[in-house]
Amino acid sequence: MTWENVRLMQGNEACVEGAIAAGMRFFAGYPITPSTEIAEISAAMLPRVGGKFIQMEDEIASISAVIGASLAGKKAMTATSGPGFSLKQESIGYAVIAEVPCVIVNVQRGGPSTGMPTSPAQGDIMQARWGTHGDHSIIALYPSTVKEVYDTTIKAFNLAEKYRTPVILLMDEVIGHMREKIVISKKNEIKIYNRKKPSVSPDEYMPYKITDDLVPEMANIGEGYRYHVTGLVHDEFGNPTNNSIIAEKLISRLINKIENNLDDINEYEEYKMEDAEEAIIAYGSTARSVKSAIDILRDRGRKIGLFKPITIWPSPKKKLEILGKNMKRVLVVEMNMGQYLLEVERILGKYTEVKGYGRTNGELITPNEIVSFVEEG
Amino acid sequence: MVFREFRLSGSGGQGLILAGVILAEAALKDGKNVVQSQSYGPEARGGASKSEVIISDNIINYPKIEKCDLLLALTQKAYEKYIDTLKPGGVLIKDDNIKETIKRNDIDVYSVPILSMANNGLKKPMVANIIALGCICELTKVVTKESLEESVINRVPPGTEEINRKALHEGYSLIKSIKRKIYYEA
Repeated sequence: MTWENVRLMQGNEACVEGAIAAGMRFFAGYPITPSTEIAEISAAMLPRVGGKFIQMEDEIASISAVIGASLAGKKAMTATSGPGFSLKQESIGYAVIAEVPCVIVNVQRGGPSTGMPTSPAQGDIMQARWGTHGDHSIIALYPSTVKEVYDTTIKAFNLAEKYRTPVILLMDEVIGHMREKIVISKKNEIKIYNRKKPSVSPDEYMPYKITDDLVPEMANIGEGYRYHVTGLVHDEFGNPTNNSIIAEKLISRLINKIENNLDDINEYEEYKMEDAEEAIIAYGSTARSVKSAIDILRDRGRKIGLFKPITIWPSPKKKLEILGKNMKRVLVVEMNMGQYLLEVERILGKYTEVKGYGRTNGELITPNEIVSFVEEG
Repeated sequence: MVFREFRLSGSGGQGLILAGVILAEAALKDGKNVVQSQSYGPEARGGASKSEVIISDNIINYPKIEKCDLLLALTQKAYEKYIDTLKPGGVLIKDDNIKETIKRNDIDVYSVPILSMANNGLKKPMVANIIALGCICELTKVVTKESLEESVINRVPPGTEEINRKALHEGYSLIKSIKRKIYYEA
């Protein structure tokens, strides 16, 4: 560890640093608190690495520009908060069906609507999963420290490239704006995954060919591979079709290319779980409060630990089932009125008692609140 | 006492968020763990602004401050809003224009002419935050002067290094010249 690599960094700044380390060379966005620094810092940093930054006229144009840039071969990202995340939903679905790798950052604020721009919330957990219409799978990640923001942003790009899919990076106002120590990884320590390029000539190229890993090879627009990109259900050549057999194949492939790879996609952290009899599930900034609460509860003799999903979607199903079978009780603490709680109940509710604690007043849940909830509940 | 949690408060535009960042960066240079966070209203200037810094040898999980060890208040409004968040035995550093409307008999109070030193002494209102940092550093020794000065120079606009260095030193001497008001007796 050298001191040059140690920096005091804001979560939003770490997001840009991570993105650029992962290979981001295009950012289009429309600034919105509490994500604005991501646009600001991207604007400053991208030209220095030969990248492009565009401030678009709105959020819809931003995600559309990102999709276009990615089709042209650039790793691309946009960042927003609740209101902008709502606006981007239709195009996120377009990126899902057209299989365009990209990263959409949502630094959550209090909602609904413009809500509380400078206050944290975790109210977009379900929107990240089901915000765009139609049946689909989605990858959503959620870091809880500044270092994790850096690493998780890199992971978001890698997963987007590997599975040719939009990846949602969730943060919240606390993580976005807080500054803490970060040790920047050395370039050679960072694993980068790039999309598979065509292994055949333009004449033989099928842009949506079904391969063993279910992820088609991707040609950059402008490299001589001419193909059709559409939001309509399409065949392996990219041509629109209403054929139900082809539709079935496409939609199930889009879902399975993600759901078949949970071990690769799912990431989580466990804190003091070794001998735990009860577990608290929390993510993002709330997981930090829970860690402090667990330290207090452990001092009082309670065998309790934290399970923190970093990959929020798809759910770590196997891991949650094991928790359900081994824990006397599972508690879910989140800055909403029980969104991830629904998923936890669905997966492990049949094995053990599940209880949720949520709050939506724009303030981070405190360790003492969590301690009282655990001791009184 | 061990100073772990610092709350720097005033009005938007006084540079308190920057002061928090500088303090945190200095602590980081000293090898400590730090978390700096802030809260502000939607307005750019004039609203209540506070910056929070936690400095510790241990890992910092919960990143916010409920009760602080040291409160800096540069405006009457901020003083009144946050005085109750100071721990018993804690330290208040306030601008000397602030009237002590809320009496607490369990804290130490330092009333320092921070704003008048910035406005009249150095003729640069924008260095009030750096003067305040000098006060905090000299009083609490939470960061070394070398690290603090390095962070100040690192974070202020080019061309303002000298005036900021001067402000820092004014802060060191100002706090030493203030007779400590001890309300708190163990």
